[in-house]
Amino acid sequence: MAASVSLFGYWASPFTLRIKWALKLKGIQYEYIEEDLPNKSPLLLQYNPVHKKIPVLVHEGKPLAESLVIMEYIDEVWKESPLLPQDPYGRAKARFWSNFADDKCVPSVMRTFVAEGEDKEKAAEEAREHLKTLESGLEGKQLFGGEKINFVDVAVGWIGIWARIVEKIADVNLIDAKTMPLLDAWFAKFLELPTIKECVPPWDKLLEHNRGFRNILTYAAT
Amino acid sequence: MSKGEEVVLLDFWASPFCMRVKIALGEKGVTFESREEDLFGGKSELLLKSNPIYQKVPVFLHNGKPLCESSVIVSYIDETWASPALLPPCTYGRAQARFLADYIDQKLFDAVRNVAMSKGEATEAAKKELIEILKVVDGSLGDKDFFGGKTFGFIDIIAIPFTSWFLAAEKMGNFQVEAEFPKVSGWIKRCMQRESVAKIIPDPEKIYEFVLMFRKKNGID
Repeated sequence: MAASVSLFGYWASPFTLRIKWALKLKGIQYEYIEEDLPNKSPLLLQYNPVHKKIPVLVHEGKPLAESLVIMEYIDEVWKESPLLPQDPYGRAKARFWSNFADDKCVPSVMRTFVAEGEDKEKAAEEAREHLKTLESGLEGKQLFGGEKINFVDVAVGWIGIWARIVEKIADVNLIDAKTMPLLDAWFAKFLELPTIKECVPPWDKLLEHNRGFRNILTYAAT
Repeated sequence: MSKGEEVVLLDFWASPFCMRVKIALGEKGVTFESREEDLFGGKSELLLKSNPIYQKVPVFLHNGKPLCESSVIVSYIDETWASPALLPPCTYGRAQARFLADYIDQKLFDAVRNVAMSKGEATEAAKKELIEILKVVDGSLGDKDFFGGKTFGFIDIIAIPFTSWFLAAEKMGNFQVEAEFPKVSGWIKRCMQRESVAKIIPDPEKIYEFVLMFRKKNGID
């Protein structure tokens, strides 16, 4: 009997997208449950009482939360198309860059998204610095995994989409092809891969959703 | 330890993040050289070169190859020196451990430090936050001896260093971890019986003195 895998997610959530990518790359069949975030299901709250967030992966009845934790779990259970390298130093570097993206790139892009005027320019500058640092993690390679996608590509690649959305909505420059040519090329290459591209929601839907999201955030701040 | 292995830790005595690494190495029986950084006077060139992104301790150098971020380092230590295993053998157990480590990383130290380094109303608010977080930690521990069950392991190493900062938070926040969280308190005592922990965790009174000095230096007091 096939083991059962369910993913609780939200269509516009990049953290859900990471998990969809990981599952697809490994060829894992799963049931997808779309959560209505303003009205989270009792099941979600039961599965993730600590953070009450998506994504949540349930495997053989056992729930897991936090997308990077879920990704490592998926990689350990389904050993084909490994995402993390075998050697401990390579694994440590992969974890480091994935955490760096979440700790530094994501919040600074978010701050740029909601800021206005001078604050926006300052936030964009900080975000560009972090993106430039992220570029150094590529070590001149086309993908973090070299010839093939690896853990970091899957964990961080979504920023390429979201940064462009923020650029469009907030009218800022984040991924600068002149100052970050490798990063720019990496996002382009990664997001064009068929398996990756298939899972990404339509651009205009994401744009519309994020415009609305920005209105909520900026209204809430006043 | 095999011939020709060079293990260096760029360290700071009061940093709970550095303590994690030292305890993990102690558990594995790995000999290492600890180099104390002068965080206030001037960070060493090796630190700035090895960790240009964050410029923080701990930095772990194994045969010259640098790693930073303490949870990443502890995982590396566990994977490089296999015995005794710090993470549980089953995949789901490992994922649960990583989840809790992530929670502790995101929440616990900031909460403890906020209580220790704040004043007046801010301390009350910080204390409430810390208590909520300790409830989660307490719930995860339950009636077990250690977070992983009967054996000392990954989460214990991740969490125990913060307890050296509890006294400072208790004095500033006017509360007692032992009274509010007897299970956590029992766990602390059990951990402190291990040589790898007892050797490394500083006297909480010394941390409290450090906090007082830091508060004065930064105009909080």
